Amino acid sequence: MKSTQKKTLLVVASILLVVWALVTVIPMYWMLVGSVQDSAMSASFKPQMIPEQLSLSPYERFFAKTDAWRWLYNSLLISIILTVTNVFFASLAGYAFAKLKFPGSQAVFWTLLGTMMIPAQVTLIPLYILMVNVFDLGDTYTAIILPAAVSVGNIFLMKQFMSTLPTSLIHAARIDACSEFGIFWKVILPMAKPGIAVLAIFTFVASWNEFFWPFLITNSNEMRTIQVGLASFVFAESTDFGAMMAGATIGALPMIILFFSLQRYFLQGITIGAVKG
Amino acid sequence: MQTALAPKPSAPRTSRAARFWRDYGWAYLFILAPVLLFLIFTLYPVLTALVMSFQKYNIMNSTWVGLDNYERLVKDETFWKSIKNTVIFTVGTVPVNILITFVLSYFIYQMKSKWQTFFKATMYLPAVASGVTISIVWLAIFDPTDSGLLNRFLSLFGLDPVIWLGQSGTALFSLILMNWLGSHGAGIILYLAAMGGIPKSLYEAADIDHASGWTQFSKITWPLLKPTTLYLLVTGVITSFQVFISVYLMTQGGPNFATTTIAYLIYETAFKFYEFGLASAQSFVLAIIIIVISVIQFKYFSSDIEY
Repeated sequence: MKSTQKKTLLVVASILLVVWALVTVIPMYWMLVGSVQDSAMSASFKPQMIPEQLSLSPYERFFAKTDAWRWLYNSLLISIILTVTNVFFASLAGYAFAKLKFPGSQAVFWTLLGTMMIPAQVTLIPLYILMVNVFDLGDTYTAIILPAAVSVGNIFLMKQFMSTLPTSLIHAARIDACSEFGIFWKVILPMAKPGIAVLAIFTFVASWNEFFWPFLITNSNEMRTIQVGLASFVFAESTDFGAMMAGATIGALPMIILFFSLQRYFLQGITIGAVKG
Repeated sequence: MQTALAPKPSAPRTSRAARFWRDYGWAYLFILAPVLLFLIFTLYPVLTALVMSFQKYNIMNSTWVGLDNYERLVKDETFWKSIKNTVIFTVGTVPVNILITFVLSYFIYQMKSKWQTFFKATMYLPAVASGVTISIVWLAIFDPTDSGLLNRFLSLFGLDPVIWLGQSGTALFSLILMNWLGSHGAGIILYLAAMGGIPKSLYEAADIDHASGWTQFSKITWPLLKPTTLYLLVTGVITSFQVFISVYLMTQGGPNFATTTIAYLIYETAFKFYEFGLASAQSFVLAIIIIVISVIQFKYFSSDIEY
């Protein structure tokens, strides 16, 4: 009785999972096949689920009509810088909050954490005025990068991770008269590599996919990131189905490749800090 | 004046300061950059926004208008409509998504580990695509002509094409539908990790007591997964209350304000009509709603959870 019950469950589960996996993947698949069929800009174009003829002309049109190379360059540059600053500052602060005792540490930490509930919309307008009118940094890399240089969520993540590291090595290094920064750099960072890898990957993907702030703060075509540029392209050109799908693919493909090459980190990484808050 | 010994009041104080610096200086240095960024890019903007919400704000001169902005909000039909839309969107998506995520995770958990990895990876995949990419793809899926993927699917059953995003009756539902069929990957991974953390001995003991599958599920699995459910609920509500990209790219809040959410309304008020004061007031209403809901969720859910 028990084993037949279990078998039925497995069969039902398998069928449902396969169906849902298809549902999940079909939009992505459709984007890809839509981007390799020549739509020739006709409004009546119907992309086929199984393409009869492959053509890269949608990509040619997308790159010809936009500054996509420049947008990709901007996105890559910004994402790399944000990954480095976030990893560095979040591990440094995470280490301080997890392992160093100092007056006010709890108060500062909880104040930071408490503001995570405040939605971004609240700070947006003053931040915009501050950047554009006070600092005169509108439409610059600095304005895109600075507010996102380190996030409270990442500090929290690193604190959670750092607190799992053994304290004995820190004491040993201190007895050996290693400076506090030396301890962080030579002892903590090497031990924290798995956590850092996860933080780096997630920050990189998030920075690459970020839309709203770069969208607000940039106004010249050359300063757009790929996401902002793509959005502007859709508004200007919503009849060229093929080029739209090519653009959508270009915006997502680097992250999809990253996902397949670093799958293990993606799938394990989410659980750091999230399970058991 | 009359004391023989010259007082050295500074000496012990300096040494205490020096000791303080030696003991804690590094720690403060380590948190300096994040704290500075926080002060400039979070705390200062929040306080400024609060002041601005009581002002008629211009770059040149701003005048204090007291509660005028908040009064305007309460009387503004579009604002109430945006709250209604946001609530419908949240209630329509978050519980359904948690249910889908839970069922999928529960089924994946029954699979062999090779298949677990396969399904986890497949279902996580869309989460690495940007909101812009997802919106563009769904714009094409919802295409109102019969070349749209969804309408083609309907035509298999002999149904007429639907103008998904272009009419007020279906526009908001379309955004909800897209959310249901979107990514549950992150939640699945969290649930699976939590399921793996439930001690096997609990189920063995339940088997000995001849507890039915449903009893095991309702007495062991579900309660022990409550922290994960709470996490997904809180983060889900916070994100869906701020839904923006899909609205901006797919419907522009229309037709006839059918998909105007609070976040989109704030954007329009601020950056289309340059009513910074009014937009700040709107954003504080949004913040208060989010904070109140989060606190209620924590109170209600965590009463019988041990962290």
